[in-house]
Order: sequence, then structure tokens, then C-alpha cells
Amino acid sequence: MKLRGRALVVGDDIDTDQIIPAVYLTSTDPVELGKHCLEGYAEDFPSRIRQGDILVAGDNFGCGSSREHAPWAIKGAGIQCVIAKSFARIFYRNAINIGLPILECPGGLPAEDGDEIEVDLDSGIIRNLTKNIEKSAEPFPDFLQEIIQAGGLVEYARRRING
Amino acid sequence: MTLTEKIISQKVGREVHADEIVMARVDLVLANDITAPLAIKEFQKMGAKRVFDGQRIVFIPDHYTPCKDVQSAENVRLMREFAKEQDIIFYEIGRGGIEHTLLPDEGLVLPGDLVVGADSHTCTYGAITAFATGVGSTDAAFAMAFGEIWLRVPRTMRFVYKGYLRPWVGGKDLILYTIGKIGVEGARYKAMEFTGEVISRLTMADRFTMTNMAIEAGAKTGLIPFDAVTLKYIQPRAQREYKVFELGKADEIIEIDCSQIEPQVACPYSPANVKSVWELTHISINQVVIGSCTNGRLEDLREAARVLKGKKIHPNVRLIVIPATHKIWEDALRDGLLEIFSSAGAVISPPTCGPCLGGHMGVLGKGERAVATTNRNFPGRMGHRESEVYLASPAVAAASAIMGRIAHPEEVL
Ligand code: SF4
Repeated sequence: MKLRGRALVVGDDIDTDQIIPAVYLTSTDPVELGKHCLEGYAEDFPSRIRQGDILVAGDNFGCGSSREHAPWAIKGAGIQCVIAKSFARIFYRNAINIGLPILECPGGLPAEDGDEIEVDLDSGIIRNLTKNIEKSAEPFPDFLQEIIQAGGLVEYARRRING
Repeated sequence: MTLTEKIISQKVGREVHADEIVMARVDLVLANDITAPLAIKEFQKMGAKRVFDGQRIVFIPDHYTPCKDVQSAENVRLMREFAKEQDIIFYEIGRGGIEHTLLPDEGLVLPGDLVVGADSHTCTYGAITAFATGVGSTDAAFAMAFGEIWLRVPRTMRFVYKGYLRPWVGGKDLILYTIGKIGVEGARYKAMEFTGEVISRLTMADRFTMTNMAIEAGAKTGLIPFDAVTLKYIQPRAQREYKVFELGKADEIIEIDCSQIEPQVACPYSPANVKSVWELTHISINQVVIGSCTNGRLEDLREAARVLKGKKIHPNVRLIVIPATHKIWEDALRDGLLEIFSSAGAVISPPTCGPCLGGHMGVLGKGERAVATTNRNFPGRMGHRESEVYLASPAVAAASAIMGRIAHPEEVL
């Protein structure tokens, strides 16, 4: 599956408190959470997000708490994919579990806000079309592919329950 | 094999090794008032009807409790009703407390267990040699339905602490020092093991403080080998069988000489931005928080009381003391600790996460600065995005409350 979108760039060590500040955690509605996506990083960030954007991050993206509200806020805001130099582990598994495509790109993807990004989820090839840069992400292990292909852990579980 | 590989192998039913992705049996599943509502929602979406075993699932309302507003009350109501329907263990306020202090204290987590909790500090239980790790709500829902979890078996990074500790140096200082050394992703995806002569002399409270913060170095869990101290803690609490796994191999070994370590403080905005307390005595503060799953145990309160006894806190400072569980609250009352805090000018909160995550009970305003015994100091963690949190031990926090600035306990005693 290929995704294409506009880059929104953030830095290193973006923790879950910056992705979705604790005051909003009483909500479990992705769209509601999405209205505050990365508000703890930059107050005007939610207003900069457009449907279909691709978030490009640095090292250790999503460190901090285990709150799934963080990937939900990103998904709910309309961001279709996250590319990072590296992910914190709970965020990594949460994103897979909720069906938010993420790609770990060794060395990171050089990009600026607004660059046109293309991602091939099957091959892991990432392109910055504006800057004419190509990178390849770490492929997912088979088991995780299965969860991703099912569309997340909920759907995977549902299939298991229904035999 | 590593200790981690031994525990996980037992739960998978065959020998497993680092980097493998496996489906493992869990002994206990935990969720709180932030993560349980989402987990219940996902559980229902999965089409699951009954949980695998209600007595192996614990729901604890601790983050926004006593409920701070209507929405948090509705979340806890949902948890409470679901727990009742599914026969899940549920701790009401006044009987419970902060999850990571409560679970081991109640004997619900035992050595050799594999525990997943929808909370990142689930790694705390490694102090009793359980493999415990934080997961998301969907993971928790899956574990509630099937009693299983998918895991990547982590590699092991062993820390060997040598020498002696100076006065006023304890578990909090050791873990801050370690995170300062390796950075916030120094142990990413790995199991940290805390070993050596210094660890074997630590109290359980200090050990829990260390494993609690393994996640702050990016680790999947933090583990401490089982010994006489663990046994003494576990024996009166265990109500079911448990298995002790011995220390095994390690993929990497780091030795730390403790003799020169001074009390440590992590400065904003990272738990790895660590300095000696002596470098920070010019930093004035507005608030001090003593509590949380990191340092809200009776031993922690005793340490703070030792510093605060007969003293008054600085007029510019607000001191909030939060015993981590109801039982600890009662013990602190009985031991006269609460009176010491109260006479010093502290406000004593019921057990809650409260300000630790900027939830309630002492949130910081713009530009305000706090010393806290908690575990995170990311931007906005305790309130306003432009507020600051300095992480330290209970003794340093107490001394700072008296001086109105960051202080070494020696300065007031
Ligand atoms: S005390 Fe703080 S770190 Fe511990 S569980 Fe509560 S919010 Fe999380």
C-alpha cells in the first residue's frame, strides 16, 4: 500500500505528554483527542495539521507514558503515517495495535514542513519527492505484519474469537 | 539464557531467545482509570464476552481519583461496573492507592510472574524479580480476553553497582545517575538488570524506586535478582505459588562505582538531564511534591520526615505530601509522620497520582518550579507547558521545601 502526503516535521524525544497533554486524557474519542494532537509540543500544532499529512520525527518518538491516547490523537487528527528515526517501545506497539502505520527510518528522513512524502508500506521505501531523497525503513517481522494486515490488534483478536 | 529469557520461556512453554517475537501467557493484567476505559472499549470491539480470568486482572482508579470531574467519575463508573460484571479485582479509593505501590504490597504480583499493565511504570515489579512491562490499552484488552500478550524478547543490559553509598544517597539517586549516564533511550527495548553489592544492601522501597524508572531510560523492564530482602517482603504477602528464577547471562555489563555519587537531581525537561544537588543550590522553587509510585512508600515518607521534623517549610513554598496507598497513609498517621508534615506546613493528600501527571491536587502554573519525587519532568508534565519539574529523592525534596531552593539534606540537619 502506498501513502502520499505533506510532511509535518517534529524533533527528537517527543514524549506522550507533548503528543496529548494529560488534561485531555479523560476522553477516549480519537477525533476529540485529535483536536489537541501535539498541542504540548506547539500550541498551534493542531491548526497546522491537514488531513492526510505524514508526521516526520526524530529519535525516540512517543517516549513516556503508555497512553494509547497518543497514537489515537495522531490518527484522529488525520495524520496518516508516522516516520521516525526511532520510536519508544510502548508507542511502537500501540501504533501497530491501533492500526496507525509507522516506519522506523534509520538515520531519519531529511524533510521540511510541506515536503511531498511517499511511503510504500509493503517494501518500506520512503521517498521525499520534493527533495528527491529515498530511504528504506526496517521491515516488520512476520507476526507484526499479520497484525498490521488485519488492520490492528482488535481485528486480529476478532478473527481469533470468531475462529 | 538471561533471567528475562528464563521467565518468558516459562510463559511460552518453550525456550525463547532475545529478539524473538512470541505470544506469552500472562499472570496478571493491570489497567487504571485512564487506560481501563479504553481497554474495555477495545475488548468489546474485539467481540469478546468474558475475560480469561477476572481474578488475574486488576483495575485501579488512581490517576484522577478521588474523581476530579464528571468525566473522570464516568470513567471510573465504567471500570467499576465492568469489574463487577466480569469479577475483576477492583480497588476503591480508601482501600487502594497508586497501582504500582499497591499491587506488590497486596501480594498480587509475585516473583517469576509475567505482568502486563496498561501503564508505563508497570516495570516497577521487576524489583521482586517479576517480568513486568507497560503496554497500551488495546494490548490490555487482548490480554484480558486471551490471557496472552505478544512480546519481543528483550536483550539484557546489566548494571553492577559497586562500593558504598554516601549519606543521603539511595535508590532514587542511583537510578537518576544511571539514566543520566546512558540517556533516555540508553536501554530502549532492553531489560535492565540492577545488581551488585550496593543493590543487595538496598531496601525494597529503594529497589522499587529503581525499577520504576527503568522506562525513563527506554527499557522494557527493570529487574533485580531475588534475595533474602525479596523473600522477607514476599513471604507474608504471597497467597499463591511462585517461582524464583536465578540471574543468568547478560548481553552487556556496565559497572558503576557508587562511592562518589552525591544526591542527584534531574533538571527540566528530561530525566536524563541529571546533576549533583550541589550544582543546583541556587535554583529557587515554588512547590515540592513528595509521593508517586516512585517515592510514595512508608520508607520514603520516613526519610522526608527525618528532614522535616521540628522544622517549617519556606514561606514561598507549597509542600504536598501524598502517601501512595491507603495502608501507607494509615501507617504514616500511626507513626506520627503526618503530624510532622502538617506542623511543617505541608498539605497531605489522599493517595492519588494527582500532580505527578499534572492531573489535579497541585498542578503548576506558568513559570512555576517544583522539586518532586516523581519520575518524569517532560514539558508540561506537572501543569503549564512553561512550568519546571526537578526530580529528586524524598530527602532532597524535603530539604528543598525548607530552604525554598534546591538543597542537600545536610544543609538543614
Ligand atoms: S504516580 Fe505518576 S508515574 Fe506513577 S502511575 Fe501515577 S501518574 Fe504514573
